[in-house]
Amino acid sequence: MARSQIRQTQRPPIDAWGAGRLGLIFSLLYRFGPPRWSQYVRKNWSGQRLVIGLPYLWLFLFFAVPFIIVLKLSFSEVRLAMPPFAPLIEKVSDVAYVLNVNLGNYAFLLSDALYVNSYLYSVKVAAVSTVFCLLLGYPMSYAIARSTPTLRNIWLMLIILPFWTSFLLRVYAWVGLLKTDGLINQFLGVFGLGPFTMMYTTFAVYIGIVYSYLPFMILPLYSNLEKHDLTLLEASADLGAGPIKSFLRITLPLSMPGIIAGSLLVFIPAVGEYVIPSLLGSSDQLMIGRVLSDEFFSNRDWPVASAVSIAMLMLLVVPIVLFQRFQNQELAGAKK
Amino acid sequence: MTEKHTEGGHPRPVDKTNEYVRIESVTKRFGDFVAVDNVSLSVFKGEIFCLLGGSGCGKTTLLRMLAGFEAPTSGRIFIDGQDMADTLPYERPVNMMFQSYALFPHMSVEKNVAFGLEQEKLSRKEIDQRVAEMLDTVKLGELARRKPHQLSGGQRQRVALARALVKRPKLLLLDEPLGALDKKLREATQFELINLQEKLGVTFIVVTHDQEEAMTLASRIGVMDRGEIVQVGTPTEIYEYPSSKFVADFIGSVNMFEGRLIEDEPNFVRIQSPELNSTIYVDHGISAPPGAAVWAAVRPEKIEIAREEPDSQENRARGVVRDIAYMGDMSIYLVKIDSGKMVRVTLPNSVRQLSQRISWEETVWLSWDASSPVVLPQ
Repeated sequence: MARSQIRQTQRPPIDAWGAGRLGLIFSLLYRFGPPRWSQYVRKNWSGQRLVIGLPYLWLFLFFAVPFIIVLKLSFSEVRLAMPPFAPLIEKVSDVAYVLNVNLGNYAFLLSDALYVNSYLYSVKVAAVSTVFCLLLGYPMSYAIARSTPTLRNIWLMLIILPFWTSFLLRVYAWVGLLKTDGLINQFLGVFGLGPFTMMYTTFAVYIGIVYSYLPFMILPLYSNLEKHDLTLLEASADLGAGPIKSFLRITLPLSMPGIIAGSLLVFIPAVGEYVIPSLLGSSDQLMIGRVLSDEFFSNRDWPVASAVSIAMLMLLVVPIVLFQRFQNQELAGAKK
Repeated sequence: MTEKHTEGGHPRPVDKTNEYVRIESVTKRFGDFVAVDNVSLSVFKGEIFCLLGGSGCGKTTLLRMLAGFEAPTSGRIFIDGQDMADTLPYERPVNMMFQSYALFPHMSVEKNVAFGLEQEKLSRKEIDQRVAEMLDTVKLGELARRKPHQLSGGQRQRVALARALVKRPKLLLLDEPLGALDKKLREATQFELINLQEKLGVTFIVVTHDQEEAMTLASRIGVMDRGEIVQVGTPTEIYEYPSSKFVADFIGSVNMFEGRLIEDEPNFVRIQSPELNSTIYVDHGISAPPGAAVWAAVRPEKIEIAREEPDSQENRARGVVRDIAYMGDMSIYLVKIDSGKMVRVTLPNSVRQLSQRISWEETVWLSWDASSPVVLPQ
């Protein structure tokens, strides 16, 4: 009792000041803010605007602004200084400014085979991984969507469960499995097979990416397949189509939005993937994420690194926009 | 107990020599629940057979067994003389029109209709020709390129019908075909369905919960209750000669008088009912022991309502008009008779002047013809 009383006597000044200050701000805003504040809140600053506005503000501050900075960087020239690049607008005298727009970074990307190869390799690795995720994920999603509600929840739980451990740890675990004296080779050795070189190969990168991104394929596919009207399949059977025909002509086209969503969710992050190829991949063939980080941290060439990332973005934006348009059309058609 | 009656003349006779579907003591269980309970039924070529019943009576399950989506727990189904036990849905000579229509949302109207023909390995030319013909038949030619979500309910219904009929099935199963349409459209479509059926000579089996729909469409009706078929007959037979209280109650409305058989002769019976202050005289015999508890069912339109006391001392009751529902073409009178029972009487509004009509709180006499009551076992 006494103790808490002492505390109370000690603490109040700060608390009272904190609470009082907040209260003061609010009451000032309320009284001296825009006229008829409460009506203003209701009519123009409706909850809808607030709910939409906050995430947009967040995205503006932490996505749009950094993006513009990177874009600006990609047009500047490298300099051995701190910061290691030339300003875009330079003051040469009191009245004259020079705008240094330098396209050399982009020209450099095209001239050096390293970058083009990395881009192609990244796209190839991402595309192949996406296809494997789809081939593995589609049957799984289908089976989950068609199982009983209790089982369905268990399957979904198991799909989400790996997210409870760190991504990095899970990728590291593959090192232990794949390395030459790792678990897989030890197991195969029992039957007199191997050892196979799996670590530091593209194969290991595929394994890592497919393993890590499979849930991103399964979840959107599942949520699509689960909504299918099964009487459509009965109608198809009734009209004389066997199970395979029915799947190809009804289920598959109707699950296109899920396939596209899942593929984008795997393909896009896989193109820029850094951790998996760094840990499991070979050092001869670099993925673009690795090139990017090397440019930034090893070469300290911020402008080229920025150009690399802008080019990667452009490479991805085009298919995304096309896919999205297609998906919107499909959605409009599939409704009802 | 069976009634001795002659079959009412029906405009669309059924050729009972040409059996197309035979259901032999079919039972379907889902766990402990018996959805269809030992049903045996024959459907003849070229008829419209309606399975009528409330929700959960097993009518849809029976239809789905005919289509092959459910397998009977026991019993056998023959279509065109062939046992269907091992025939998968996509191999049956049967097409179904689904209650939800089940149109493929990603295909246009013509693609939907062509789907079934494409499975038959026909030439593209023949498919296109038959699709176009069928779309003309159901008057959808102009909407061929629309997607299902761009159509109205009635148009979707016709696409579903066209899609099922384009395969020229011998047997078409229709699950609540008009359930999603509004009343006016439903009436128009009923007659279109009948015309189409007569033109194409397809056998229809229709599942419905709507007795009016069943009465209009059907050449014969099978009334179902709790998985069993309780009566099969023409609409007239079902309405005029229901075989049980359930059927009498389910089809149309009916006044039930509880009573006891006091006279049982070959050509007439007399029933004493405590709910009436008179006896009920029925001019046809029934086979039941004297003293048996029975229901006498009288349809509302077969009761006459008058201000004057009728001559006969039987088949009558006095009462007070408690409620009148004016329906335009007819009025429904709710009359509270002396015993306290409410009796429903319908009267065509053949007279226009309001003053001549019987009004609220008037004391009236109800009477009916000796041929009108149907005697049902309790």
